[in-house]
Parts: sequence; structure tokens; C-alpha cells
Amino acid sequence: MSQATPKSGVQIEFVRQQMLPEQAAPAVSRGPIGWVREHLFPSVGQTILTLFCIYVLYLIVPPIANFLIFDAVWSGTDRTACATEAQGGVQPNGWFGACWAYVGAYMNQFIYGRYPDEQQWRVNIVWLMFFGGLIPLLMPSIGFKRENIVFMVLVFPVATLILLTGGNFDVQGTYLPLAILAVLALAAAYGFARGSQSDPMPGLKTTAVVFAGLFVVVTLLGLGFGLERVQTDVWGGLLVTMVIAVTGIAASLPIGIALALGRRSDMPIVRFVCIVFIEFWRGVPLITVLFMSSVMLPLFLPEGVTFDKLLRALIGVALFSSAYMAEVVRGGLQALPKGQYEGAMALGLNWGQMMRMIILPQALKLVIPGIVNTFIGLFKDTTLVLIIGLFDFLGIIRSSTSDATWATPVQSLTGLVFASIIYFIFCFSMSRYSMYMEQRLDTSHRS
Amino acid sequence: MAVTDMGRGVADAPPKVALLNNPKARSWLFQILLGVAVAYLVYSGWVNMNANLQAAGVASGFGFLGKNAGFSVAQSLIDYDQGTSSYGRVYVVGVLNTLIIAVVGIIFATIMGFLLGIARLSNNWIVSRLATSYVEFARNVPLLLQIFIWYFGVLRLLPQPRESLDFGPLGLLNIRGYFAPKPVWGEGGAFVLYALIIGIAIAFGVSRWAYRRQMATGQRFPSLWVGLGAIVGLPLIVFLGLGAPLTWDMPVLGGFRPSGGMTVIPEFIALLVALSTYTAAFIAEIVRAGILGVSKGQSEAAHALGLRQGQNLRLVVIPQALRIIIPPLTSQYLNLTKNSSLAVAIAYPELTSVFAGTALNQTGQAVEIISITMLTYLTFSLLTSAFMNWYNARVALVER
Repeated sequence: MSQATPKSGVQIEFVRQQMLPEQAAPAVSRGPIGWVREHLFPSVGQTILTLFCIYVLYLIVPPIANFLIFDAVWSGTDRTACATEAQGGVQPNGWFGACWAYVGAYMNQFIYGRYPDEQQWRVNIVWLMFFGGLIPLLMPSIGFKRENIVFMVLVFPVATLILLTGGNFDVQGTYLPLAILAVLALAAAYGFARGSQSDPMPGLKTTAVVFAGLFVVVTLLGLGFGLERVQTDVWGGLLVTMVIAVTGIAASLPIGIALALGRRSDMPIVRFVCIVFIEFWRGVPLITVLFMSSVMLPLFLPEGVTFDKLLRALIGVALFSSAYMAEVVRGGLQALPKGQYEGAMALGLNWGQMMRMIILPQALKLVIPGIVNTFIGLFKDTTLVLIIGLFDFLGIIRSSTSDATWATPVQSLTGLVFASIIYFIFCFSMSRYSMYMEQRLDTSHRS
Repeated sequence: MAVTDMGRGVADAPPKVALLNNPKARSWLFQILLGVAVAYLVYSGWVNMNANLQAAGVASGFGFLGKNAGFSVAQSLIDYDQGTSSYGRVYVVGVLNTLIIAVVGIIFATIMGFLLGIARLSNNWIVSRLATSYVEFARNVPLLLQIFIWYFGVLRLLPQPRESLDFGPLGLLNIRGYFAPKPVWGEGGAFVLYALIIGIAIAFGVSRWAYRRQMATGQRFPSLWVGLGAIVGLPLIVFLGLGAPLTWDMPVLGGFRPSGGMTVIPEFIALLVALSTYTAAFIAEIVRAGILGVSKGQSEAAHALGLRQGQNLRLVVIPQALRIIIPPLTSQYLNLTKNSSLAVAIAYPELTSVFAGTALNQTGQAVEIISITMLTYLTFSLLTSAFMNWYNARVALVER
């Protein structure tokens, strides 16, 4: 019996004195094989699930790829390119693929609508200003934020309005009311300052600058610049989609902030009005709001005052999205700790100063992701305007299918697939941006 | 001394402030100004509207609801006759069609959404990737476009009635819709329904009794199986005992359209598929957030107490996840109901399409019709938020 047991006192044959060097994991649990085992085939049930998913992919992906790419028609001049022989075209019977040639032929319409060809450079300048101003604004690493915001808020809207419509508005009637308003505002600023025994000059200066700016804007809108007038009913495509989405979000931000502040106000009537406004617009579908603004709104206006169709849709969209924006902003206001309000009040700031300098900058920063998400929702919702007869991007794609030049069974599906790709690219990149901002704001908050 | 006296004197007398700078007075000034402005807007709108309506010679008032509508409606849950039915009835038909698409859509969206939400959390790479791609795609393409894709893109590819896809006992599918077999109850069919109601009552009673007994004695009772047995078994016994009083009216292929059976119109199918797949993507995100929101310590504590995995899910994780999930889930349900108004684009005859669309075009009474439509949706939404408040109050964490 030479069994080595320490108890018996027999010599122990081998005791390891040193730690063995670490060994790599077995080949089956590392590298690609290990990954596959762990993530795809860890158990019988999971294996069945994985195989089922692969089968589903096999069912879905090849037909889609064939339709989009391999069987698709990329060039052609009319419907014969995208029709089968039985339908009077050149494709073999049973062919089923996308007709990108049709999309190519309509590309100009999809972007500009029926905007006159020789005037499209105006739209191009607007695109350039928009993306040239927006992209640096969205990138935190690029400076000149203040200048950029001034450009986007003051220069861009006026320039866009003049470029797209051609300017030359009838502004004669607005000078007098504006002057009266200016006098009233100056008097109010002076009165408030005197009442609180403070220096009236800064308030008067700000008011004067604002009204001088308004006078300049009104005068600019009245000038013609020699641009040809383009009525809004020939606008269409991505142009209209962008105009509605951007105007909607631009109008909804200030209105939404005002509503959110009003909803959290101590004044009962103000709070009541704001709650009713917000809950009403949030409680009804956008399409009924658009119906209302296109059918009912003209009835509420004095005789002779008419808006064009696009403007009416814009009003509906702005009312609707400002109610949603108000709730987003309210979320930011509620997320701020009470100490921020108390600290501001302890410093002796009045309500306006507290909001402007302490509360809103923090609250709005907190809700940037929420604002972007509202914008995504609004961007998707712009498609609804086609129901009231505007030709937005989706609307112009739908209406192009009635053109006999390209009428084939695949035309409708091709147009819709193209639209979904474009909408997906826009919305997906915006949602990624919102996630990126969320992370950025999150870390800056913790440190 | 004099200084303190002076100080006291100032403090005693209320400080003299301009009325405009008295916070109370100022707040009332603002409120009165706002009230006057709102009142003026409403008043001038009302005056203008009356003048405009008179100038246009449009009738006003709600008398039109009793008048004969005279147009046909493609789908109606109640009797509707083109010749004799009124606009009021059109409204009811529209509301019912909205409700049916909402209820069916909510059921499908919930099932799909929960499956997708759980799939996104799966450790299985391909499952979670598939679910994620689906969710991203569905959320980032406008709903109206998805409805169009289903209606103009996919359903238009279905065969003509003559070449209908035949699913045997499940009915026929072709470009004119889905033709399902229609159940025809024979004599005594009502007793099966009564049995079902009694079965549900028994199941409910048993589960309450079992719960109370377990609380008192710790003994468990398989109330789930007994309840299921009562709900399924009792009607089944009655059904078989009565000699199976049920026949199916099968759709039969015809030239123009199949005859017999129940017809599900293609607009309904397209809207249902689009609404439920779109909403499911949002529900999936809510479910995922809800499950992730239950901290891991809860599961660990449950395991430490000796609960099995199933019990842990059923008794610990899911109740807490539901607390997070249900409020946003209800608002998704509400969104689905409101989004059903997009049916107007493909002419599925729900409230917006048939009432705010066709009826409005025929009568021209925009103010009344749009107001009724908006108030109807508003009622849905207020009822939903009332439920949500009640639920939140019920499940709110009672903290120290």
C-alpha cells in the first residue's frame, strides 16, 4: 500500500510548489466558436429558436434583396422597362422587382414638387442654409453656438420666407399697428422699471432693439428683390415636408415653453387655460386637427381674411405639436430640484430672471432628447397633410402613381418603398442623435 | 436709539409699493387680461362664424343628425341601410368601427409587443438582433406610409376572387378581403354562453377562496387549473350535451366575390396589420424598459427566499415591471385608438372617415361635425387618463 496520505506519514510523492501558468480557455468556449456557442446555441431550446430565426431570415431577406436590388430596373424611359411582356413591357413574365427608373424620373418632383424648374435654385439655397446652419449647431464640438443660433432664429426664417415665396408681401397695413405696439411696449417697460425703482434704460433699450428688428423684418418682407412670386400650391415633396416639420417645431418650442410655465403657475386662471389647451390638443388625433384647421378655421376669421392651404395646415400642426412640446418641457421643469428655484429666489431674482437665467437653461438642456423625439414624431406626422390635399413627400409619391407613363403593377410599391427608405434614414439618424445627446447629458450630469 | 426707532417705524407700517408691483395685484391683472383675451377670441370667432355661415347659406344646428344619410358604408356592426339610415346612425357606425379596430388592434399589438420586448432582452444574439431591427424599422417609418404599404403594396398583390387563396376550413383570401366561415348557432346556443359565464364566475370564486386559504393556512391549491377547467370544460360539456348546436357557414367561390361566410374588408386588414405592428414596436420598448427597470437584487432576493424561476417571474419581477409598464402602455393604447383615424386615407369606414369625411362633405356642417368628432376622441382620451390615474393611485409604492 503506497497510497499517499499525509495522515499515515508516508512520503508524499508530489506536491506542487508553484502555481501553474494560466491556460487559455478551451477552444470551444473562446473565439468565434465560443461566441457562437454562447450566443446562438447555448441550449436545445435556444438552438431551435436560432434555427427558426435563420429560417425566417431565409424567407424574408432573399425576396426583399431581389426586389430591391437584383431584379430591380435601374434605367428606362417609360413603363415598358418595368412591365412584364404580358403587361406590354420588356420584362419576362413573372418578373417582380423595384422600378427605380420611375423614382429617378420623378426625383425632381419628389424634392421640389411642382416648384418651377428655373426657380429651384432658391430652394437649393434654403437647403444649403438649413443644413449648413443646423449641422454645426448639433455638433457640440463646434463653437460659435451663439452666432449660429442667431443665424438660425433670425436670419434663416426671414431669408427662407423671402426666397421660397418671392417676398414682395403687402406690408403697408402692418406699420401703424407695429408702431402703436412699440409705443405701448416702451411705456410698459418704463412703467415696470419705475414701479420697482430700477433703472429704466436697459428695459427700454431691449424693447427698442426688438421693435427696430421687427421694422427691418417687415420692410424686408415688403421688398421684392426682383424674385418671381411662387404660390404655395406648387410647392411639394421634401420641401413641403421640411417646411411643415421645421415650422411646426420652431413654433411649438416658444408656445410649448409658455404653456409649460403656465401649467406650473400659481395663477388659477392661467393654469386652467393652459391645462385645457394642452389636454385638448393631446386628446384628439392630428388628422381631426388638420380637418379643423382646413375646414373650420376659415369660418372663425372675419370675411375677406383668407389663409392659403399650407398656412392653415401649419397652424394646425403648430397648435398640435406645441401641446406635446409643453408636456416635454414640463418634464424638464419638474426634474429640476426645488433648490434651484429657492436658490434663485434667495438671490433676489424676479420670476422672469429666474426662468431666463436659472431654470429654463437647465430644464431645456435636460429635455433635448425629448425635443428631438417630438421632432421625429412631428416629422412622421407631416405625412398626414396629404389627407387634406397638400403634396408633401409622401403625397407627391402617391400622386405620381396616377401618371400613365409609368403605370405598372410595381410602381406603387416602388414609390412606397422609396419613401420608407428616405423617412427611415431621416428618423433613424435623428433618434441616434437623441440617444447620443442623452448619453452626453447623462455623464455631464453625474460628474 | 433713534435709528432703531426709525427702523421699527418702517417695519410696522406696510411698505408703500406701487399697485403694479404688488405680486397679488399683478397676478390678478395678468389673469384678467388673459381671461379677457381668451373670451374675446372665442366671442369674435363665434360672431365671425355665424356671419360666415349665413353668408354661405349653410344650415347650422344638430338637426342634420336625424336626416337621411343616403350613402353606403362598407362595414357596419349594426344594421345600416343606405336608403333609410340617418347621419346619427352613421356616427354610431363610425364609432363602433373605430372601437372594433382599436380593440382588435390593441390585442394584437400587446401580444406582439410583449414577445418583441422579451425577444430584445434575449441572450440569443440573432433573436435580439431580429427584434431590434424590427422595432427600429417600425418606429422610424410613418404610420400612414405603413398603412399605404400594406394596402396599396401588399394587399394589392393578392389574387383575384377566382383564384382565391383557399385555407380550407379557415376560409378564403383574395383581393376583395378575407372571407371567413361564419358560426351559426342552432337551438340552445345561448346555454353555452350561460355556461361560459358560470364557468368564469366559478374560476373567479375558486381563485379567491384558494388565495384566502393559502394566506390563512399556507396550503396551496391548483386554482389555475381548476379555473381553466371551469372556463373551458363547463361550456364544452354543455355544448356536447346539447348535441353540438353549431354549424359553419362556409364562403363559396364566386365570380365577382365569394358568397356566404363573414367578410373582412381589405381596408380593415391593412389598417389592423399596420396599426398593430406599428404600436407593437412602441410597446416592445415599454416592456423592455419595464423589465430592465426591476433591479437585479429583487430576483436575487427571490431566489434566496427559495422561489423557483417561474415563481420569481410571476410573483416578484412581473408585478413590479407592470407598475412601470402599465401607464405608458395605456397611453400607447390611446395612441392606437387615435391613430385609427388615419383610416380616412384608405377609406376604412371609421369615425373620422365616414363621419368627419363623407358626412361632412355631404352636409357641409363643418363646425358641428368636427366638434362631435373631436369630442368623441377627447372622451376616449379622458376615460383612459381617468383609468390611468386610478391605476397609478392603486399601485403607487407606499413608502415610509
